[in-house]
Amino acid sequence: MSLEKPSRDTALDVGVTEDGLDYDALADLLGGHVLDREEHLNAEGFVIRPDEVQEVLSTLKEEAGFDHCACVTAQEYDDRYESIYHLRKYNDPTQELSIVVPSPKDDPHNESAARVYDTADWHEREAYDLVGIDYDDHPDLRRILLPETWQGHPLSQDYNQDQPQIVSLREHANPLEDDKRSEDDPDTMFVNIGPHHPATHGVLHVETVLDGEQIADLEPDIGYLHRCEEQMCQQGTYRHQIMPYPDRWDYISAGILNEWAYARAAEDLADIEVPEYAQVIRTMAAEMCRIASHELALATFALDVFGDFTAVFQYGIRDREIVQNLLEDLTGQRLMFNYLRLGGVAWDLPEPREEYFEKIRDFLDDLPHKLEEIHDLVTGNEIFQMRCVDTGVLSPEQVKQYGATGPVARGSGVDYDIRRDDPYGYYDELDWNVVTEQGGDNFSRVLVRLREVEESARIIEQCVDLLEQWPEDDREIQANVPRTLRPDPDKEIYRSVEGAKGELGIYIRSDGTDKPARFKIRSPCFSNLQTLPEMSQGEYIPDMIASLGSLDIVLGEVDR
Amino acid sequence: MSSDQTPPAARDVSTQEARMGDGADDRFNSTLREAFGSTPFILTKFDKFMNWVRGSSMFMLQFGIACCSIEMIHTYAIKHDLDRFGSGVPRASPRQADVIIVPGTIVSKFAPRMKRVYDQMPEPKFVVSMGSCTISGGPFQEGYNVIKGAEEVIPVDIHVPGCPPRPEALIYGVAKLQERIAEGESSPVTVKPYELEQFGDLEQDELVDKLASEINEDDLVMRYNWNDSP
Repeated sequence: MSLEKPSRDTALDVGVTEDGLDYDALADLLGGHVLDREEHLNAEGFVIRPDEVQEVLSTLKEEAGFDHCACVTAQEYDDRYESIYHLRKYNDPTQELSIVVPSPKDDPHNESAARVYDTADWHEREAYDLVGIDYDDHPDLRRILLPETWQGHPLSQDYNQDQPQIVSLREHANPLEDDKRSEDDPDTMFVNIGPHHPATHGVLHVETVLDGEQIADLEPDIGYLHRCEEQMCQQGTYRHQIMPYPDRWDYISAGILNEWAYARAAEDLADIEVPEYAQVIRTMAAEMCRIASHELALATFALDVFGDFTAVFQYGIRDREIVQNLLEDLTGQRLMFNYLRLGGVAWDLPEPREEYFEKIRDFLDDLPHKLEEIHDLVTGNEIFQMRCVDTGVLSPEQVKQYGATGPVARGSGVDYDIRRDDPYGYYDELDWNVVTEQGGDNFSRVLVRLREVEESARIIEQCVDLLEQWPEDDREIQANVPRTLRPDPDKEIYRSVEGAKGELGIYIRSDGTDKPARFKIRSPCFSNLQTLPEMSQGEYIPDMIASLGSLDIVLGEVDR
Repeated sequence: MSSDQTPPAARDVSTQEARMGDGADDRFNSTLREAFGSTPFILTKFDKFMNWVRGSSMFMLQFGIACCSIEMIHTYAIKHDLDRFGSGVPRASPRQADVIIVPGTIVSKFAPRMKRVYDQMPEPKFVVSMGSCTISGGPFQEGYNVIKGAEEVIPVDIHVPGCPPRPEALIYGVAKLQERIAEGESSPVTVKPYELEQFGDLEQDELVDKLASEINEDDLVMRYNWNDSP
């Protein structure tokens, strides 16, 4: 029962049939706009003219129900530039469609989609920054990850990595400086929060303009941890060299979840079947990572809201230490696991197995009590409730506009979880629930995380049961994978998994060599962070700090 | 509290006598006192004393960059508890801190800010670089945007290798730093670091000409010559 979807909206189901999307019907809907149709592994790609982007996308959004612009991938070919809009539906993410927009090599530009999907704003700025495509009619086309004085676009073909660069350190201007109704109007005050600030969870810079204690204008400034993850992955070979990097995207112990994102995309690309036993181990390890990640999210959130380094924070870390020990026993590493391999996992469970199962069970047995303690200490606390209930409210419509996923979406009542909706691993064989809360405020997001910890514990328990009874002669941890993996040229795939923060997607294009030609990471935090101005406009500044904490961003994944 | 002890007032002795007991109060017989012998005076050089004090009470800057900061949090927190070694109180402001742990990859946009934070710390100040990224750029060394090590920007006293280093390794690094400080060893000097300088002071070349319209003469800039990087 728990894995059933709520009934879908019938008005917006052009081309929806029992066995997948009927792309002909969608092509009919778009009529002459479709110049060509490409076959991507996850969905069909419709090629459209660069000056018809808004028209096509709004038709698909309004009439065919593609309300989720998951990702915008930009890339340069030998003869053209290309932007791909990966569309899917919040109701059913298996219904996917890629809109492919080619633009000319000498003057790459196409119409912006930011007027249709708010989330495209940042995605297109990133595409402009790294690849160098101009988006016409974009509200604010500036560099987003690299410094504004950077020369060249690093993921374009003619970029010279050795050229010197100059980066400036100067005062930021108050955007509302001259925005006064009269001479007597009070001044607004510009405040830099970050990039070195204890409440920004890393190196985020929030440019804030205050009117009194309320926020008049706010803009997150990112890129202080942009360490070229996509370039690194494009330089690595599929089989071994890419897998260590996903650990370092979302580094809050969510390593296995990230590795799985790459593993899933690459396995589907190269058509590798993973043994069931390995899938169970992956599922178990991934849920342990989710617990570790949510524990830290709670600990740092309490740190932001209470300023309390001594009690709540330490409770969270205490529980994390136990999970990290379990993961260390399994993978040999505390944080950067590098445990998944294409087609399986690196090694079997640690021996003696009984002892390891015992340890996990002990942890699971203690967990309800610990969560109760945390509910006592945190969510039941009146001060905490005053800070969090009805602050930072995000409506379901805003969630969809900005492509927010994960606990942020589920805290606003958007019932979207890739583990259930687009199942992978062993999730669809297990009994668990997708947690949603209707509030949409900071409190709901914290509650969702805490309740997800319980669900993760349920999943782990079932996995342990399965692993315990698994027949000894059937413990296959690795499929047969060629030593050097060379997927066929020009195959394209976008695949996602449910990371700790939401939909973590990977787009890979192969070119027949043993390295990907384009490797694009769709990070959930990048999209989630975009909702911060919506949540904080007009609120008090401490509420903005709480909202930022409840978004639970990790800068390694925002900036990549 | 044990209840079977007779309260001092019940016996006919003064408080001082009760406290002295049969001889000198053994609370004073600490290892420190044993080391000093019977003399109540300590003879030491002021410098040496100050170094010892400095090493024994360090305020860290609360400074998180990337993956390593997670392990750094664990080092401060329960189980590993860096405070046991007299250096576990993270300060949020650089003006109150003695030590900066650099926990993660430094990229071009962040380096000028890190330099500024370092400059804001009062002397004497010390730097522990945590993780491979702060040694050489680590796994991201080939990235177009990555500074090849913290030493390109600020001088570093102790390098803690690892990706990321375990909390135990960081504790060892901090302990080593304390040892060095207590022994009065001086800080290293970075050779040819990337400096913050005014745009107008840069040597004129193609790039500077190109950016002249975007950057003011007196704006601070950091110029990266990637070819000179190790």
